[in-house]
Amino acid sequence: MKLRKLAVAASIAAIGLSAVLVAPAASAAEEQFFPVLAYRTGAYAPNGAPWANGFVDYMKLTNARGGVNGVKLTWEECETGYATDRGVECYERLKGKHGGATAVQPLSTGITFALTEKAPVDKIPVITAGYGRSESQNGAVFGWNFPLVGTYWMGADVLVQHIGKKEGGLDKLKGKKIALVYHDSPYGKEPIALLQERAKMHGFDVQLLPVAHPGVEQKATWLQIRQSKPDYVFLWGWGVMNSTSIKEAQATGYPREKMYGVWWSGAEPDVKDVGDGAKGYNALAMQHGAEPNSKVIKEVLEKLHAKGQGTGPKEDVGQVLYMRGLISAMLQVEGVRAAQGRYGKGKRITGEQMRWGLENINLDQKALDGLGFAGVMRPVQTSCLDHMGSAWARIHTWDGKKWNFTSDWYQGDEKVLRPMVMLASAKYAEEKKIKPRTPEDCKK
Amino acid sequence: MFYRENGQFKTSYQSDQQIFAIPQDRWAILAIVAFAFLGIPLLVDEYLFRAILIPFLILSLAALGVNILVGYCGQITLGAGAFMAVGAYAAYNFLIRISGMPALGAILLGGLTAAAVGIVFGIPSLRVRGLYLAVATLAAQFFWDWAFLRVKWFTNDSSSGSVSVADINFFGWTISSPTDKYLFCLGILVAFSVMAKNLVRGNMGRQWMAIRDMDVAATVIGIRPMYAKLTAFAVSSFYVGVAGALWGMVHLGSWEPAAFSIDRSFQLLFMVIIGGMGAIVGSFFGAAFIVILPIFLNQLLPVIGGWFGLEVSIALVSHVEIMVFGALIVFFLIVEPHGIARLWSTGREKLRLWPFPH
Repeated sequence: MKLRKLAVAASIAAIGLSAVLVAPAASAAEEQFFPVLAYRTGAYAPNGAPWANGFVDYMKLTNARGGVNGVKLTWEECETGYATDRGVECYERLKGKHGGATAVQPLSTGITFALTEKAPVDKIPVITAGYGRSESQNGAVFGWNFPLVGTYWMGADVLVQHIGKKEGGLDKLKGKKIALVYHDSPYGKEPIALLQERAKMHGFDVQLLPVAHPGVEQKATWLQIRQSKPDYVFLWGWGVMNSTSIKEAQATGYPREKMYGVWWSGAEPDVKDVGDGAKGYNALAMQHGAEPNSKVIKEVLEKLHAKGQGTGPKEDVGQVLYMRGLISAMLQVEGVRAAQGRYGKGKRITGEQMRWGLENINLDQKALDGLGFAGVMRPVQTSCLDHMGSAWARIHTWDGKKWNFTSDWYQGDEKVLRPMVMLASAKYAEEKKIKPRTPEDCKK
Repeated sequence: MFYRENGQFKTSYQSDQQIFAIPQDRWAILAIVAFAFLGIPLLVDEYLFRAILIPFLILSLAALGVNILVGYCGQITLGAGAFMAVGAYAAYNFLIRISGMPALGAILLGGLTAAAVGIVFGIPSLRVRGLYLAVATLAAQFFWDWAFLRVKWFTNDSSSGSVSVADINFFGWTISSPTDKYLFCLGILVAFSVMAKNLVRGNMGRQWMAIRDMDVAATVIGIRPMYAKLTAFAVSSFYVGVAGALWGMVHLGSWEPAAFSIDRSFQLLFMVIIGGMGAIVGSFFGAAFIVILPIFLNQLLPVIGGWFGLEVSIALVSHVEIMVFGALIVFFLIVEPHGIARLWSTGREKLRLWPFPH
């Protein structure tokens, strides 16, 4: 009895004391710190874990290559479970450590929305390579958001161009029906605006079919699809929702060849369980696909995994999401390098300097090849007003065993995207009372 | 020894019936509130504000609301997350659509909207009791989850479904820094706690407790169940709605409907159960347990792993956190089913006799 009461009292005291304990932050000279907001648990873990592995591996590789002009990278992982409040808590916990975070990549559109509020105050760039708000491409309004290399409007645009090409011309899309099966969250809703704009332009119908988180309940959705028989189905899912969609498509007999997923719905975890049932399923490739034969992967295997220092299982190396994480880290490192070019090679850079660096990334094909990305990526050039840097994408298809590229390179149509981006960012600027930056502001 | 009431004679009914009748209590509470307002902003760094204290304050307010309904009136509710969402979106709409609306006004109007919605969704309680009522309130949760995703008007036709507010302004004081937000939430929490304590000690509170303890007997002696139950729903939803508005506007700044999902409802219910049903102070204990403990475990487990020389992956930390959290809940409910508040009041009783227990 006494022991029980003592144990209870001790645990309450411990809880009370812990709230006041503040861990001292270790200061590090000449080291760039990056918080890694990852999710290795929860419904989205099968897709989040390979991304985090690729991300951390590239930072390890950079250190193995000698750092960025001698400056080593450090990082700390934090589990967000794809939940916005946990993501915000991780960000708050890590942003001041080791001298301050240089940039943060939330890997969740929900967390991105929340951090978009906080980043300008803390002066830490939020890199959302291939996700986030599509209008954050406009760096004049979203000064601290970097949707590098791809946004959802650009991706949806490429998909429309591709099916237009398949039909023999964008005008042949008149009267066709496209169903969008999307995750019922800001992430899934992103492409709707672009699809509706394109539908007005070319005369096709868009059928919107939301799927509630976590996305395992899709029987009703696919029965609706079987009834309405759309010509194409676009899939904007994440985590287990993707494999469920493909399984349901197989169950209701919808041809997988007519399904097109976004680049977050086109990776090995989505199709491996379904196996042959996913044969013919297409997805966007945000420039890269699965690249096991690229130079950078060979380097990772040789310098890290062969010595037992790799992150995650060796089988993941070179797969689609691993490459996505790798490329996200590469863009981050190149931002550091660009910033060092202005503020001093071999010196630690701050968040504000990193922002300048990210706005002045100038990776031509030679530089990319030098880093090991020959044949994987096309040149990336960011600027103050364009935080995306590149609008290239292509389509890859699952053949039952691996992903193969099945299309040429497409580019998002600026004539369609630019007005939409400007309109949406103007609305945001008005709502938040932000004064858009001028080119003079950017030079500082 | 410190807590004896020897020599304290009350000379009026008012002094006998006041909330903190014992001067030691009064001084202690004043000291705690003064420390919270003046001491904590000087001692605490930004991370503790943003990640621990502000969520703790806002969720205590929500737990207070749920405690009024579950602990004092005995109506189990699983729809608290939905009422937080109603409060948040209503406050957002009042702020955006009416120019010149002060932020506090929008928050209170959001609470009132949530109260009205609470009355509507509280109507099943007039016919249904216990676990079945819990299921009926679940309908509120799913209905509002659906409404805020589908009905574009609520989110001001935002294409992504996510809404955000600029820094809020309180009589010229712009609330932007974590310290400002902390003080704002603390002020609202203190005011609302005093209001709640007075409500539950008054006529309405006694009606609620009568309905909770034996609703048939209460009806027999003349307490109108409709009035009692619906006012409980109204007051509870008002508190929860204001907490939701604060959560969205002050803590998150930008939110989507998933921020008020059913997990939030469960979290609030657990706060009340573990903290102590039917005790105002129980809401605070429960909120502290549920907000602070996961973060504490998250920080502690890698340290413990370090003692044993183990590299602890974040996935393992997350899983162990869930397991330990669940085990602690079971442990507390076995040790003290009436919640931490009962432990606290037992402690106080012992203190009144210390050092001479008998």
